Amino acid sequence: MYTGSITVADTPLLRYVLSRADDALVLGHRLSEWCGHAPVLEEDMALSNMALDLIGQARALYTYAAEVEGAGRDEDAYAYLRDVTSYANLLLVEQPNGDFAQTIVRQLLFSAFIDPYWRALMTSSDPTLAAIAAKAEKESAYHLRHASEWTVRLGDGTPESHERAQQALDTLWPFTGELFTVPAGDRGLIDAGVAVDPETLRAPWRATVARVVERATLTLPADGWMQRGGREGRHSEHLGHLLSDLQYLQRAFPGATW
Amino acid sequence: MYAQSLNQQVEGTTAPEDAEAAARFQARVDAEERIEPNDWMPAAYRRTLVRQISQHAHSEIVGMLPEGNWITRAPSLRRKAALIAKVQDECGHGMYLYAAAETLGVTREQLVDELLAGKAKYSSIFNYPTLTWADIGAIGWLVDGAAIMNQIPLCRCSFGPYSRAMIRVCKEESFHQRQGYEIMLTLARGTAAQKVMAQDALNRWWWPCLMMFGPPDAQSQHSDASTRWKIKRFSNDALRQKFVDATVPQAHFLGLTLPDPALRFNEATSHWEFGEIDWTEFKQVLAGNGPCNRDRMAARRAAHTSGDWVREAAQAYAAKERARSAAAAGAA
Amino acid sequence: MSTPTTPLWEVFIRSRTGLAHKHVGSLHAADATLAVQAARDLYTRRGEGNSVWVVPSSAITASDPNDKGMMFDPADSKVYRHPTFYEVPDEVGHM
Repeated sequence: MYTGSITVADTPLLRYVLSRADDALVLGHRLSEWCGHAPVLEEDMALSNMALDLIGQARALYTYAAEVEGAGRDEDAYAYLRDVTSYANLLLVEQPNGDFAQTIVRQLLFSAFIDPYWRALMTSSDPTLAAIAAKAEKESAYHLRHASEWTVRLGDGTPESHERAQQALDTLWPFTGELFTVPAGDRGLIDAGVAVDPETLRAPWRATVARVVERATLTLPADGWMQRGGREGRHSEHLGHLLSDLQYLQRAFPGATW
Repeated sequence: MYAQSLNQQVEGTTAPEDAEAAARFQARVDAEERIEPNDWMPAAYRRTLVRQISQHAHSEIVGMLPEGNWITRAPSLRRKAALIAKVQDECGHGMYLYAAAETLGVTREQLVDELLAGKAKYSSIFNYPTLTWADIGAIGWLVDGAAIMNQIPLCRCSFGPYSRAMIRVCKEESFHQRQGYEIMLTLARGTAAQKVMAQDALNRWWWPCLMMFGPPDAQSQHSDASTRWKIKRFSNDALRQKFVDATVPQAHFLGLTLPDPALRFNEATSHWEFGEIDWTEFKQVLAGNGPCNRDRMAARRAAHTSGDWVREAAQAYAAKERARSAAAAGAA
Repeated sequence: MSTPTTPLWEVFIRSRTGLAHKHVGSLHAADATLAVQAARDLYTRRGEGNSVWVVPSSAITASDPNDKGMMFDPADSKVYRHPTFYEVPDEVGHM
């Protein structure tokens, strides 16, 4: 018996829910890679806590996706049995951890976006999404606080930490344009009050990031060419490797229960 | 949390300390009073505790690595979350223990430097590799099971901060062994391949787990001091037997076979008798020749070294902030 | 090479029951903000509290254990400070 990747129904709500779940899972997975290897034990605890928050969010969203699809699948089917081109997460969250500065700046850029996003989604006309957003918002608010404090310390710390933080900001900046893109299928959901229009968050996001970057004595990069494609399944090479780790057992032993 | 016997070499009686103070100290210990950091204590008691607590802390931190090896490959989101939480607990427990050691007048940095310089020991069990997912089940069930045997008596250790840390640890760890056993049970009831995986993990982890309790009492380097000071309350062999008696029926329930042909139940004593432990292997692993000793230390050194600039940055920022608020206060 | 030390902080947590903050342990952090975050991440991950205090360990002044006798024993004999010292007939009821 060989069971390959699943094919998921292509409806706007399902695509939308899965894309948000994928963001949370992929970023949670990245943070969990630090476990046992963080620069100080205190940060080992912090990064693991945030990984657990994000994996929890992913599970709630995948579970809702299963309900939306109604094909008798569970959270793990979506996480473990979709191939790289079916994943619809942002390119930003799949970028490698790099050094601690890159991980922290990635957290800052994403959390500064997703925290107001969840807050806006709390008034979604879809009650399940509104409930998931209410829980996730508290978590992302803390992630933003944590990332902001560390960005300031790295930026305004030593010459080396400043250099590393600026490098991280410059490296990740081209992935921030995608935060505000609206996939074709999302437009109807936004109009129906189910989803949030990310464009409305662009100014607050930029203000939050600019405030932290200034405190950190860093320089906001210029808005050059922005990478995109994650929402359409056009990923960087990094995601495939992440999924080979993540999905290994489910793929090696098809159909087994763990 | 892994408080295996780490071959504590208790210091012999030291310089002529105040005999009267020593007698008062022993009377307090005998009366089951807790000794607190600022209380008078024999120098050897302090040294023994620093060594034991720091080795216990190191074991927690190094112990994150074998299980952490499977975090990215956990086979379901539920298992992944549980495993992260468990490995994270080990980090937290290492921190509680370092903090307990620090009350004795050493710093965490000194202790970590000793570990990274190869001068400090940690539990031998973490020098074995985790090859399959079943190893995560086996570690939770057996390694944590063995650790619990050792840690529960430590909750009554005479040194207050150690005892309090152990109480917190034991409370938090109550899910660890169940987590492992549930994984083993799922595999044992799963496909043929999963059952093979579970049996293989048991075969590889069983004997190293029995070694975790330390050398047989007859050869143990423990002096009576640890017992007299109520740091250690049960002998290595007594704890090992307790572990075997508790674990054998659990293995049978799983339908797995313990890799010991000599294993038999003695009706007269109501104990499971087991075969000869390969103490040569134990000594080799402790001496640095286990399958993963070098990898474990390399991973911890890499984490520490690549964190140097982060710690420096945080300190530098704190210093700048202090200077800024001093300047602001001066200007006001 | 020896690692420079990061300051030690004592952590106090108020549990959900709304009692006083209670000492739970210590941790290392370069400054107070990071100490509060680290305390939250280490000591409240099972819902142990709703408020955190951190205090630099160096800021704590403790009584000397050698003074225990003179500091605390004199209170032992002041039995009249406790309600059980006084006799009130049962008929009076709870007082």
